[in-house]
Amino acid sequence: MEKVGAVMVVGAGIGGSQTSLDLADSGYKVYLIESSTSIGGVMAQLDKTFPTNDCAMCIVSPKLVETGRHQNIDLSINCVIEDVSGEAGNFIVKVRKKSLFINPDKCTGCGVCGRECPIEAIDIFNEKLAKYGATSVKYPQAVPLLYAINREVCIGCGICYGVCKAKAVEYDREDEVVDINVGAVVLSPGFDEFIPEEANLYGYGKYKNVVTSIEFERILSASGPYSGRVLRPSDGDIPEKVAFLQCIGSRDYSGVGKPYCSSVCCMYTAKEAVIAHEHMHQIKPTIFSMDVRAYGKDFDKYIIRAQKQYGVQYIRSRVSSIKEVPETKDLRLKYETQDGKIIEEDFHMVVLAVGLNPPDDAKYLAEKFGVELNQYDFAKTDLLNPVQTTKPGIFACGAFSSPKDIPDTVTQASAAAGCVNQLLYEKKGTLITEKSLPPEIFVRGQPPRIGVFICHCGINIGGFLDVPEVTRYAKTLPNVVMSDRNLYTCSADTQTIIKEKVQEYNLNRVIVASCTPRTHEPLFQETIREAGLNRYLFQMANIRDQCSWVHMNDWEAATNKAKDLVRMAVNKARQIEPIERIKLSVTPKALVVGGGISGMVAALNFASQEYETYLVEKEKELGGFAKHIYHTLEGADIQVYVKELIDKIKANKNIHVFTEAQMENIDGYIGNFKSSVIHGEKKERTEFSHGVVVVATGAKEYQPKEFLFGQNENVILQSEFERLLNETDQIKNKKSIVMIQCVGSRNDEHPYCSKMCCAEAIKNALLAKELNPDLEVTILFRDIRTYGFKEQYYRKAREAGVIFIQYDENNPPKINSDLKVEVLTPRNDKIYISTDWLVLSAGIYSDREENEELAKMLKIPLNDDSFFLEAHVKLRPVDFATEGVFIAGIAHCPKTIEDSISQANAAVSRACTILSKDEIEAEGKTARIDITRCIGCGMCIENCAYNAIELVDDRRFGTVASINQVLCKGCGACSGNCRCSAIDILGFTGEQIFEMITGRI
Amino acid sequence: MSFEPKLLGFLCNWCSYAGADLAGVSRIQYPPNMRVIRVMCSGRIDPKFIVQALELGIDGVYVMGCHIGDCHYLEGNYEAVKKYEMTREFLKLVGLDNRIRLDWVSASEGVRFGEVVSKFVNDIKELGPSPLSGDSPDKDLINKVRAIRLAAGSNRMRALVGRERKITEEDNVYGEKYPLEKYKEIMSQAIIEEYERHRILIALEDESKSVKSLASELSVDPSIILEHILTLKGRAQVDFQEIIKNTPIYMRRE
Ligand code: FES
Repeated sequence: MEKVGAVMVVGAGIGGSQTSLDLADSGYKVYLIESSTSIGGVMAQLDKTFPTNDCAMCIVSPKLVETGRHQNIDLSINCVIEDVSGEAGNFIVKVRKKSLFINPDKCTGCGVCGRECPIEAIDIFNEKLAKYGATSVKYPQAVPLLYAINREVCIGCGICYGVCKAKAVEYDREDEVVDINVGAVVLSPGFDEFIPEEANLYGYGKYKNVVTSIEFERILSASGPYSGRVLRPSDGDIPEKVAFLQCIGSRDYSGVGKPYCSSVCCMYTAKEAVIAHEHMHQIKPTIFSMDVRAYGKDFDKYIIRAQKQYGVQYIRSRVSSIKEVPETKDLRLKYETQDGKIIEEDFHMVVLAVGLNPPDDAKYLAEKFGVELNQYDFAKTDLLNPVQTTKPGIFACGAFSSPKDIPDTVTQASAAAGCVNQLLYEKKGTLITEKSLPPEIFVRGQPPRIGVFICHCGINIGGFLDVPEVTRYAKTLPNVVMSDRNLYTCSADTQTIIKEKVQEYNLNRVIVASCTPRTHEPLFQETIREAGLNRYLFQMANIRDQCSWVHMNDWEAATNKAKDLVRMAVNKARQIEPIERIKLSVTPKALVVGGGISGMVAALNFASQEYETYLVEKEKELGGFAKHIYHTLEGADIQVYVKELIDKIKANKNIHVFTEAQMENIDGYIGNFKSSVIHGEKKERTEFSHGVVVVATGAKEYQPKEFLFGQNENVILQSEFERLLNETDQIKNKKSIVMIQCVGSRNDEHPYCSKMCCAEAIKNALLAKELNPDLEVTILFRDIRTYGFKEQYYRKAREAGVIFIQYDENNPPKINSDLKVEVLTPRNDKIYISTDWLVLSAGIYSDREENEELAKMLKIPLNDDSFFLEAHVKLRPVDFATEGVFIAGIAHCPKTIEDSISQANAAVSRACTILSKDEIEAEGKTARIDITRCIGCGMCIENCAYNAIELVDDRRFGTVASINQVLCKGCGACSGNCRCSAIDILGFTGEQIFEMITGRI
Repeated sequence: MSFEPKLLGFLCNWCSYAGADLAGVSRIQYPPNMRVIRVMCSGRIDPKFIVQALELGIDGVYVMGCHIGDCHYLEGNYEAVKKYEMTREFLKLVGLDNRIRLDWVSASEGVRFGEVVSKFVNDIKELGPSPLSGDSPDKDLINKVRAIRLAAGSNRMRALVGRERKITEEDNVYGEKYPLEKYKEIMSQAIIEEYERHRILIALEDESKSVKSLASELSVDPSIILEHILTLKGRAQVDFQEIIKNTPIYMRRE
């Protein structure tokens, strides 16, 4: 069957959206299928995200808007998958688009229908904490902003039909069933949270002040039902003492919850505690947990900050019972402290950190798509490629395959796209459409002829201020040659009207006074471009979101303000000029620095898409640290895998391998790098050009100074122990082995978790026990961080008789020369164990000097621990702020082999959004330097977050700053700081802003 | 002196009012306690009228129209029933439901008109004066009845009561007949909610209050008051004012 250059993505949370954007930007037609009525998934429900405490909505919403508007993404909401046939490369998927009873082409999202609906339904988005009409949108910033009728609660009164001025309500609208032909499918349906009510746990559903963590997110959210004030549901008071209970429905073998660890709860709980305290300082959070699993990048630092800065108290205990105090509705918690005391304590509110369950429709989807699920009903995936399901051509990403947080989801989303690329690359660009546009009308130097379009927005604007009056007023302003008003300026018919008016009146500037440019500017820009005007000859006045909606009770003041806003826009419009977007060609070649697993996977992926690839490894051999690993905890054979990778790379003609190699220089920028490498025994020098860079330089194993390492030959590292187990039979005559965890991790020098050591220790302990059942294995730990499905091996190890003893971080175990270990337990008991081998789980660290050199060449930053720092910890975990440069593997932070492989494929996918284009178009609104004024002080270089400015020598003016138009994002930081006012921002020039200021007066 | 109740009657022009006239023509004697307000059809009788009458201290209100099937305007009295039922359910919340009555009196039932009026007068006499009559009626009760008047006049209640017959007896916009039972449930829920919400609005007129003090003032569970406050905030009728100790205070918004 012939392959198809289209992809279906099922589930439009943050994962599905990312996959869609990657693929659409790489030249594939994407069908994004969502079961609910808007995209964004759970992330849109969150208040803030750790570790940066960014507002979730603020960071996710631009991405959702982009997804909703993308030319190559066909988004369908309210959908059900009915049938799937075909095979990798060519599937046919039957999709039922369930009726919204509202015509999506007509609905403008104004919301009048919801306000007038006499039915009050429970608001699911706000976790039942608020009410909503039967006609509703999930949340005000929803994408797409379409109202839908909830047939389950609608009584069919017909009021919305009457009040909808856009005539969008269609009660007889029917479901639509379509067959969609795609080459690959990515499943990203997310997860469903564990609901403690069904399990009758901790009084949830019975006691008002016991809420789940996701409900608490809505309580925290500024756009949530309580407007961001933390109130307890029983009486609306601010709770002072808030208890957070971890592992609700997770790590639970009783059958009530799930046996696995949900991976994300430790961190989101810490975050919720911090944010709660930040919102209301009187709140004192207490967290009850078994282990604190802060295994990700900078997670431990966050936990420490929560404790030290925000006074979050951690109690290591499982609460045994909760009772409500009837008079106060407080909650009485009973728990045992670590030293064995039973305590009863009252709290004002309890938050249950609920675990992640597989999505409710997991089984249905699995059956339809013919993929297998694992024992927990999550998607079963390849041991070493976590986005590959059991069926070729069908990929999974995000929480569908295992519980995971946002950055891991986003990484996997790109990884899935990376794998799709590998499968369908020949069909790239075959199914996407490009609009043909008329040539631009030349307007430079001509007197402005401004047209103003003022929107009634149904009654949203027209109902609260005098639109006809504003329209009349606009006409009186200088250079305005026409002004008109429309019921809905954004509707399709108005776009036609705008185009007609441009011709009729010879307009060369267009102003729309309506809603916010954040969502609607691109639409109107597109319209005037179709009318032959440069898209920057456009201005918007926000007379709805920032006028009519906020001054509903003052007709006159709102009208006056609208006039002011229009006048300011007109003043600016007189000054605006067309802006050209620069286009740059792209060199379709890749450079991968680092020849470990991540680097090799990335190189192979590039090469299999026929991109020429340069792979640079500093050692003699490819393979990196993985050469020391035999199996993963889950049983994948790493030795075989690495050998296969190396063979494939050697056989691939598209890959140029340099060993014993060092980058000498990397010059240039996105799409156009020029680099040189020194390589081989003879230190040869090779130069080449390329369009992208993947950094996959890995990290190092810590060489302990503690625990007699290096002094006593029976003190060995976990990697050496693994070798001894796999290559020798020395374990057979041993009686006792002690392992110490967190050696060189989570201390002052390396204040982070190395993530893999717990799994490694358990893996080797299990193997040792298997080889020598009489062997006594003791693991001394601080927290056991077997997150996700790894939890089952922790249990297996306990069942196999491996002894786990917790030690106090302030009193690490002591060891004497006879290898007798002394441990102080949390109950203050001293335990002595004699051991034949003392195995140290040494952490991973990053070499600052080595990394700094590369960081400087690429103008990318390192974090405090010398790992490379990505562009955004949540939503851009694979990108750098410097465009065209990507990160994969342990160079980013400690992670498992599977995650490194994912990130490598993700880096390739991100890179393909560049490599797949013949040329890239830069943003038009960028900075310009007036070199007659520039004194070359170089301050702007410091201000620029995108490394877009450099100093150059000008023949006439000497040293001056120069802006790379391709890299510049037009933020204006340089301009605002320039000492000689030599920098201006096109589209926001000083003159234009000055005109707006005068317009205000 | 014995108690002489002040009664009000809303009579439709074509049957009941004519019936009352016939009683006169026939010289039927009945107690003089009721004053009649003529309307063209019982369907015109707004729940607000009935509630307002009670609010002003009237001891009882009688609603009369043509017999079912006889309405001059075909179906006005069907509508009257729905509105009357809703009004009664509202008044039940404050124990005033037995001070209103609905009857059908035709143009030929002069005798019967005399009889039902006499009976109503007697029944109300037995009940005694309205707690809202006299010089110093119970302020709390007045506020409750005011809340009922406002709630009964709210968009939501009017929408629900106005479409009840069409939706439950014929069909809704999807061509389905909506089950009456379920509709009644929705109505009852809405009646309680809107009553409580308007009580909150009235309680916030003079001073701003917390959820807890509203709860004890209204004898409603604070968690429900909190939900109402959220809804009223959404309707821009209530605003957050300040936090005193750990308790947020809400104010009425104009
Ligand atoms: S006219 Fe008498 S009830 Fe309508």
